[in-house]
Amino acid sequence: MIVQAIFFYLFACICVASAVMVIASKNPVHSVLFLILAFVNAAGLFVLMGAEFLAMILIVVYVGAVAVLFLFVVMMLDVDFSQLRQGMLQYLPIGVLIGGIFLAELLLLVGAWTIGPGIPQSITAPIPPVASVPNTAAIGQVLYTRYVYFFEAAGMVLLVAMVGAIVLTLQHRVRVRRQDIGAQVARNPRTSIELRRVRPGQGLETNP
Amino acid sequence: MTVGLGHYLSVAAILFTLGIFGIFLNRRNVIIILMSIELILLAVNINLVAFSTHLGDIVGQIYALLVLTVAAAEAAIGLAILVVYFRNRGSIAVEDINLMKG
Repeated sequence: MIVQAIFFYLFACICVASAVMVIASKNPVHSVLFLILAFVNAAGLFVLMGAEFLAMILIVVYVGAVAVLFLFVVMMLDVDFSQLRQGMLQYLPIGVLIGGIFLAELLLLVGAWTIGPGIPQSITAPIPPVASVPNTAAIGQVLYTRYVYFFEAAGMVLLVAMVGAIVLTLQHRVRVRRQDIGAQVARNPRTSIELRRVRPGQGLETNP
Repeated sequence: MTVGLGHYLSVAAILFTLGIFGIFLNRRNVIIILMSIELILLAVNINLVAFSTHLGDIVGQIYALLVLTVAAAEAAIGLAILVVYFRNRGSIAVEDINLMKG
């Protein structure tokens, strides 16, 4: 139990500290790397809670996909980030005020809150004992049966996002010659060979 | 010394507040704002998983999976919009995004 507490405080402290660095770092590349650190430590918290599958998905999706996407965009855009940081301290006092009030309210809520009496009876999909059914299998048994439409809706969201991102960023270059396969296939000798009578001393007019 | 539900909820609350604070602080930089939104969604996920394992109901983890999906889709679309905006205007400052004010 003491090991669990030690690891909880380790993961929680690194997660919160790297989240602070995400929003306070001067270089956006450092921000992205601290975001990766925050997500890895949040995955450690998930493992401590007993949700191994979500922890691994968090690492795969965030470190593997989203963080690389952020890094790619940060490095591709030629932006003067120091100029964007001007006037940053202007919003520091009001931000600290609102953030402090909000955090105090949330922590008071965490301290003063109890689970309603009817909640434990109304659980629809109880977690089976971990010794017999591991976490991944337990999620699969519920996700692919009762929540299969939910799962397909998530897939549709991803598909629409992928199509949308491609449509937004695809650009047709005007001055680049592109292969027109239909025109190539539709060629025949009649359209590709043209006989001209060339008069001596005058040459041939250029094609229109 | 035992770690209970309240500890996880506190971490999630701190992360959520840091996300909102990041939007306040980096009001001009869209990339940091997108990262702050990712932090907020991470806090939501920690809350969902903490309640799921504390109450013994696995539906919370399935819902966290959907939140993860939506967060990934949001990041992809947001960054695509950012790239297109930068290509058209040559800047990503939030103050310059005012064409629709008329």
